[in-house]
Formats: sequence, C-alpha cells, structure tokens
Amino acid sequence: MDPNYAPYVPVVIVTILVVGLAAVILLLNRMLGPRRPTNIKSIAFESGADPVSKPRHRMSVKFYMTAILFLVFDLEVVFIYPWASRYRAWLADDAFAPVAFGGMILFVFIVTLGLLYEWKRGAMDWE
Amino acid sequence: MPDTVVNLVDSPALGVLIGIAGVMAALTVNVLFLVWLERKVSAWIQRRMGPTEVGPFGMLQTIADMLKLISKQLITPRHVDKPLYHIAPVFVFVPVVAAASLFPFDEHVSLQNLDIGLVLVFAFGGLGIVGIFMAGWGSNNKYALLGAMRAVAQNISYEIPLILSTLSVVLMVNAMGDANTNGMNLAQVASMQHDKGFWFVLVQPVAAVIYFIAALAETNRAPFDIPEAESELVAGFHTEYSGMRFALFFFAEYSNMFIVAMVATVLFFGGWSGPLLPGAMWFFLKTYAIVFVMIWIRWTFPRLRFDQLMSFCWLVLIPLSILNLLVTAFIARAV
Repeated sequence: MDPNYAPYVPVVIVTILVVGLAAVILLLNRMLGPRRPTNIKSIAFESGADPVSKPRHRMSVKFYMTAILFLVFDLEVVFIYPWASRYRAWLADDAFAPVAFGGMILFVFIVTLGLLYEWKRGAMDWE
Repeated sequence: MPDTVVNLVDSPALGVLIGIAGVMAALTVNVLFLVWLERKVSAWIQRRMGPTEVGPFGMLQTIADMLKLISKQLITPRHVDKPLYHIAPVFVFVPVVAAASLFPFDEHVSLQNLDIGLVLVFAFGGLGIVGIFMAGWGSNNKYALLGAMRAVAQNISYEIPLILSTLSVVLMVNAMGDANTNGMNLAQVASMQHDKGFWFVLVQPVAAVIYFIAALAETNRAPFDIPEAESELVAGFHTEYSGMRFALFFFAEYSNMFIVAMVATVLFFGGWSGPLLPGAMWFFLKTYAIVFVMIWIRWTFPRLRFDQLMSFCWLVLIPLSILNLLVTAFIARAV
C-alpha cells in the first residue's frame, strides 16, 4: 500500500468498527424489544389524526435558491482551502507574491457580485 | 518521539486498537455525561431539580434511559422507503464518532495526527447532513420531510461561515510558523498556541464569534433548532424513529455538540495547553466550558424565525467571515 495512506488506516478502522457497533446495537434492540405491530402503530404520525394525503407531494422548495448559492460558495471555499494553506509559501515565492493577495481579492469580489445579484433578484426573500 | 498513541506500544496494530477503544469509550462516557449535564443545567436555569433518582445526583439517569430504549419496540411504519429508513440512523451516527477520533487530546495523545485533520472533521460533519435527509425523506412523514428540508438548508448555509472562520486561523498559523507548519494539523495548531503563550481567540476574536454562532446552527441547537422545533414539527427528521434508532440520532446530536466544542478548543482556546494540570484535563475542561455556554444559550434565548436565520447567515456571517479572512491575509502579508 502507498505509505501516504498509512495515517488514514486508523480512521478507516474506526469507521468500520462503528458501523459494526451500530449494527450490534440495533440487533440487540430487535432481540430485546417486543414486536407487536398494529395497524395504528404503523401509519405515519400526524399528531394523532389520520394522515391527510401522501407526504411526497410536489412542494415548492424555496431552498433550491439556497442550494444553488451554497454550491457557488462551497466551490469558493474549496478554492480558499489551498490558498490559505499555501499563502505563506506563495508570499515567499517571487513569481506568486504579487498575485497571492490581489488574486484572492479579485476572486472574492466576483463571487460577492454574484451574491449581491442573487440578493437583488430576491433569493433571500422568504414570504 | 512518540507522536500518537499508536506509537506508544511496540505493535502498531495493538496501538491502533487501544487508541480506538479509548476514543470510543471516552466519547460514550462524555455523551452520557453531557446529556445529564444538559438536563441538570436546564433544570437549574428553570429552577427545577432535574434528574435526582438514579445514582448520585441522578447521574446514572442517561444509562437508565438507554436501557429503557434498548428494550423498546423498533417500529417501522408502513410506506417508508426501507433502505433509506434503515440506513439513516447508522449514517448519522458513524461520521461523528469517526470525527471524534481525529483530535489531539494531549501533547502527544491522539489516535492519529493527520495533516488534514481539520478538513476531515468538516468532511465527516458534512456526511451527517446526508443521513439527516435520508431519514427525513425515507420516513414518509410530512413533519420529517419538512424538518429534514430545514436541516439541510440550515446546515449547508452555516457550513460556509463555519469553514471560512476556521480558515482564517489556518492562514494565521501558517503565516506565524515556518515552512513546515501546517495549519490544518490540529495538533500543530494547539502546540503553536502553547509555544507562543497566547490563545488564538485573542488575535482572531471575530473568527471565534462567527465560528461559535455557526457551530450552534450546525448542531441544530437553540436558538437555531428550527429543524426540530417541537412546537411545530414534533421531532423533525426523527419523528418516525423509535428505540435505539432514535437513540443513535440522539447520540449523534450530542457528539456533534462535543465535536464542535473540541474544534473550538483546539483552534481558539489553546487545546491541551495550560498550567499545572495535565494536558488532557485542560482539554476537557475547556471543551466543557464551551459546551456549558452552548447549553446556557439554548435555555435562555427563544427560537429564531427561518427567514431571519437564513438572511443572518448569508448577509451577515458569510460577508463578515470573508472579510475577516482577507484582513487576516492582509496583516499576514504586512508582517
């Protein structure tokens, strides 16, 4: 195996063990708990009343604008991660030093313009 | 130099297993204690007694509750999306435990000291949201679906200021150190605060405040507990879950609270660094101090409205955190 991956092995082992632990817990619950399903128990909970219509209706999801905004900003964060990590090295490097700060200002400026545009178009208005 | 628990014993496999067992035991004990603490503090704020019956000061109440939950019926309602419904509790539970194994509890005590520790913690945090939406969609319940929608919108929005505020610390750590310094490495961030002799909350107060607010929202805690607003949505995304399935969600929620407090401890409050007491003790003392403030806020402030929540994030926190990052970069360039 590539030695670069060696530090991540414990994290993978933890993940696998925890999946096993959760499975054991649920299995124990299944063994210890009673199993007496009734008609009332197995209908969807709607504050005691009979469920009205199906829940998977088409509904207006106001949040899709938020999701689009999130995609843009998450990509921005993805670009900022390496920039924040390499910033010091870039400042020391003559080829990068002039753009290390100004480049990020320009990048953030463009993304902020996008945010302003979305705001003016009403993405933040929740009625 | 023993860098991790894994290197302390001769056999690496044994070291890994001891470390994993230690992390999992520590997390479980802390979460059980945390649930008790939340109930006691809320009782204290509301001038009640809280749990008193089981064990000294009711400390064993959570264990009693766990035993009760494990003997309850696992109800699977009709018309649920079976694969999603069954996987969701595990999917929410696993990432938080995995994330908890990444922290440096003392100077040389961590399960594995990763160079991208901070990134991984947030990556695991992001996975939990997928599990929450699986639960909400799979449950075939209107309350669950609405709660999950709100949880997703809220979590993805507040993830951005959360990460941006920590990145300004990363940038600062890199600028203050030498070429080998890595601000994403949680152990190095803590050591640097120990060596410099001050906590980063003093030089990055804006980032610390933004981080704390965003962390409250990420853990779905009041005043940002709109995804689980009991008065309107019953229990939000886990309405249809019973027994240990519910307990897994509950455990994940409290572990999450503990994890964001641990990140804050490492990034802003010096991690294990402190006089007299051993490092791990300081680490947990600081974490519990932050957790206590989170509980205090939950039982003091009323819930926000959803539009207030979203516009506060997009129009205040995100611009402010970007500005903070740029100012940090500017100062790092000038120094």
